[in-house]
Formats: sequence, C-alpha cells, structure tokens
Amino acid sequence: MKISKNLMMRIGLCAVILVALPMTIGCAGGTKTIGISQVVTHPALDATRAGIIAGLADNGYVDGDNLMVDYQNSEGDPSLFASIAQQFVTNDVDIIVTIATPNSQAAVAAAEGTDIPVVFTAVTDPVGAGIVSNWESHEDENVTGVSDMIVVSDDVELITEIMPGVKKLGTIYNAGESNSVFLVEKLNEACDALGIEVVEATVSTSADVATAAQSLVGRVDAIWIGTDNTVVTGLEALIGICENNSIPLFAADEDSIKRGSIAAYSFDYYDIGYQTGEIVAEILGGKDASKTAVEKGKVISLSVNTAAAQRMGITIPDSIIDRAETVYTE
Amino acid sequence: MDIIGNLLSISLYEGLAYGLMALGVYITFRVLSFPDLSVDGSFPLGGAVAAVFIINGVNPWLATVAAFGAGCISGLGTALLNTKLRINALLAGILMMVALYSINLLIMGRSNMPLLREVTVFDHVADFLGTDTSLALSISFMVVLAIIVLAVLNWFLRTEIGLALRATGDNEQMVRGLGGNTDMTTMLGVSMSNGFVALSGSLIAQNQGFTDVGMGIGMIVMGLASVIIGEGLFRPKGVTTVLLAVFGGAFAYRLFISVALRLGLPPTNLKLVTALLVVAALSITLIRKKLRHEWVPPAVRM
Repeated sequence: MKISKNLMMRIGLCAVILVALPMTIGCAGGTKTIGISQVVTHPALDATRAGIIAGLADNGYVDGDNLMVDYQNSEGDPSLFASIAQQFVTNDVDIIVTIATPNSQAAVAAAEGTDIPVVFTAVTDPVGAGIVSNWESHEDENVTGVSDMIVVSDDVELITEIMPGVKKLGTIYNAGESNSVFLVEKLNEACDALGIEVVEATVSTSADVATAAQSLVGRVDAIWIGTDNTVVTGLEALIGICENNSIPLFAADEDSIKRGSIAAYSFDYYDIGYQTGEIVAEILGGKDASKTAVEKGKVISLSVNTAAAQRMGITIPDSIIDRAETVYTE
Repeated sequence: MDIIGNLLSISLYEGLAYGLMALGVYITFRVLSFPDLSVDGSFPLGGAVAAVFIINGVNPWLATVAAFGAGCISGLGTALLNTKLRINALLAGILMMVALYSINLLIMGRSNMPLLREVTVFDHVADFLGTDTSLALSISFMVVLAIIVLAVLNWFLRTEIGLALRATGDNEQMVRGLGGNTDMTTMLGVSMSNGFVALSGSLIAQNQGFTDVGMGIGMIVMGLASVIIGEGLFRPKGVTTVLLAVFGGAFAYRLFISVALRLGLPPTNLKLVTALLVVAALSITLIRKKLRHEWVPPAVRM
C-alpha cells in the first residue's frame, strides 16, 4: 500500500505533538511525584484535594518545591478512570491518590504488580468496593486511605430533634453509586428503628435530580441526602424545589449546608483531605501502606443554616443552633 | 522518549479494547445503516454478566463468551423492537439502552462489582505464560483477539449472508424486492454488533478491576468517533482496510485523549482539547488542498 502524502502529513502532525509533550512535563530529580485522580468536579471533592495539598505542605512536601503533583480529573467519564490510573503507573509516580470510589478501584487494579502505593479518600465503603480487604491490616495490599463513611443514624436522630413529628423521610440517590446504596441501606435501618417510613427516588445523572425531587413532593415530610456525588452536583435544583414546596432538606456534608440545606453532621471535606495528605506524607517518608489502617474522617461537626430552614418553612430549635459548630445565616 | 512510549502503549491497548466496541458500532451504523444507540447499555451488560459469572466461580473464558452471548440477546431485542413492532430504529435503541440500565442493576444486584481479587482471562494468560499481568500482556492479548475477530469478520462480510447484510444497509427496499429477508439480516447484524460491544465491555471490566453500571456512559459517542476518525484519517477502500481503520480510529481517538490529559492543561479543558485535536487531524487534507488551491467542491468532482 503506497503511503500517501496525506498520511505522512498526519503522522507528522502526531509526531510534532508527541515530541512537544516532554517539554510540558518537567520535573527536577529528587522530587517526589504524586498523581491525584479525581472523579468529577464538585465542591466537596475539590475541597478534599485542597486539603490534601495543605496536609502535604504542612508535613514538609510543598507542591512545586520538593513535590510534583499531577492532577487529573475524569469529569465523570468512566473510560478515563482506568486511563488516568494507567498513565500514573506507566509514568511511575511515587504515590497514586484517588478521590472517590470508581477511580480508586481502577487505580488499585492498575497498580497491581507494581510497588506504587494507592491512597484513596472520599470513599464511603472501601471494603465493599473491593479496594481493601479489610479496615485494619491488609498485608498484601499496598493500599490505604480515608473513608468518609457517615453515621446515618445520627443524622436521622438530628432530623427527629428538629422535626419531632416526622413520619415520612424521602431520599434521592444514584443507584449507580455504591457509596449511596450503602448509605441508603443504613438510612432504612435507622428509620425502621424509629418507625419512620423511607420514600426513595433514584436518579442516574444530575439532570434527573429535579424530576426526582418533584416526584417526592406531597409524599414526604422531609428529604435527606447522603454523600451522593450525582445528587450533590445537582443540589441547587433540589433546594429550589424544596423551598417552593416547603419540604425541609437535610444533607450530609457541610458544603451542602452552605449551599442551602438545613442541617447535617458532616465532615468538612477539607479536613478529610488534610487527614489524607498527612497519610500520603507518611508514606512518602517511607511508611508502608499495607501496614497502615484505613481511617475514617475524624472531625464530625454539626452545621446548620438558619436562613435555609426559614425558606423551607421550619425553625431550628435554639438548643441545636447553640450546639452547632458552624451556623450559616444565608 | 519514555513518555511517548507510555502514551502509545496505553493508547494501543485502549484502541484495541474499545476498537472491538467500535467494530460493533461500525456494523450497525455503517454496514446495516441501523442507528443503534443501545451501545451505552450493552457495553456494561457485558461487564455485568462477566462479573457475575466470575464472582460465582465460573471459568473467566466461559464468562467472557457468556457476555458476548448476552450482548447478542440484547441486540436481538433491539432488532425485534424495530422489525416486528415497527418501532423506529433510533427509538428502539434508546428504549433498549434505558431498559438495560435497570437490567444491569438487576443482574449485578448492586451498582458496582469489584473484580480485583478474582481470576480473569488476563490472569489465566499470565499464568499460562508464567508472568504477571501487565500492560504489555494486555496489549498482546488484545492484538491476538483483534486479529482473530478481524479475520472472522473479513471472511463473514464476504459470505452470502454477509453480503446480504451489507446489501440491507445499502438499499433495504431492493433486497426485499429481490426476495431477501431483511428482518433476518437486521436481527443478525444488530445482534452480532451488540455481541462485540458486550465482549469489549467484559474484557475492559476484567482488565480495569471492576464493573460499574455507569461504565457505558458515552460509549456510543466513542464508538462513532472511532469509526468516523478512522475513515477520515485512513481513507480505507476495501473491507479489510475499513475494518483495520475502525481499530485505527479507536487508537487515534484514545491517543488524542491521552495526549490531552498529558498536556498538563487544567483538567476542565480536557474535552475541549480532545475535540480540537480531532478537528486538527481530520482537517489536514482540506487545509492543505486549500493552501495549494487544489480544493475542488464536491459538486464539481467527477
């Protein structure tokens, strides 16, 4: 087959791009490199990443100085989870840090057989997702991290404190997110114990959140959402419908409270990121990931939003406002 | 030049793996002229079926074949909706895709199944060769599989049935007028196509260590992009070259994505950069011709 001039030109273009590449990635010798893989852009995950960088800096690894951070975001494209992980492995980074579940799974698979440790964060149930085999010791697995598993029964108790007569609690989640499925099971357990009926609505993309919210109007006394990446991305739509229909909305992370939900026991995702950054720094310093137990988020704080409560037609009891670590008034 | 080698090898593996899926898309969209959008559903179907079988201890090769079979059944469903219930092809594909989201969840019982600690086909091959699983192994596996699939398809499309398939895509009325059963050819073609898509899904799931019910999102776009980029970049003239071009297109598309990732630009720009790279690659001919004043409008060409 005669190679046409056109084909030559196209190959030439590719070659030019590929040659230009090494110049865009420069790294002084002796610095450590970490690859950060984030699943999608949203405030909680972005805060986690900021926390990781800060945690590393405070432990001696400064980005740009003695540390090179390669941050990649798959923006929800499933085919990129494995791609990004594979790139980190072939580029032989010192540690792979993953934010959220599916990209953590891909990273552990890609790093298998190499000696690159994987540190995950913002994963609710790492054992259930097959990322580690158990929380404590996982001898053959060069993986550890921080879980953002929340205690759902505490959240339900909070709701009954603020709304003593609540009988039906709605929840919206993406059945395709294993984190959420896990939390909704916990929700059902907690509510059964208190005699509250749970009404579920599922979504598959953040565009469906509005429809799911509408379907709950008139059927529930309040809505609770967990740390579901899809729903949190479409939070404003849900808040709008809750405000228009006076349905109190409770969430499970502080950023959602700031954006307009009423109350939650939550992790500050920046803190979770910071906790993760400290672990990464330890491993960079030589600690063995397989001997590091998986941690859960440490700092649980109560945050409330009095203005949101007002917009949704209820008032938060003063005793709770006094207890809260953070009070938003907008 | 290590970085280039890495990029090329990753893109090679992905091009071959997703190329199988693109081959399925090619069979429906180009050969049969049947716009089958159910790919977003049958891709994870392959992953789901393979995962369930593997986790329950079934031989991974059998699981992979079962995944292919599941894809065929799904394609058959789409084709039946179109041929027997007279539902528009586009809508039939969409309906199947939507239904498959629930079906996949039902099959797995959960939204995500980890396969990290299970024995996959890649593990079997590694054991057979006495090495560990690695990117090089995955590439070799996919190359062998691609050659087999290409040979089979190349032969098939030249058989009487294969020709009937191609004819159906060209001019369905005429085939029916000549006494051919276009319902059968449509069912065969769409079924086979989704079989390949599911096969691709099952292999990628086994390689990446998990099946997720959302892993099919965007697959139809990737498949179509691969087919069209392949046609645009390689200008294939015959059956063999066009099949090769599909894999080539998948490779090129994944390469563009990897390059875009590697350029170190803010991740938010990733999709834009990918699109721009593809536009640049496809428009070289046009720009060159125009620069040399050799551009002849299509209407005037003989």
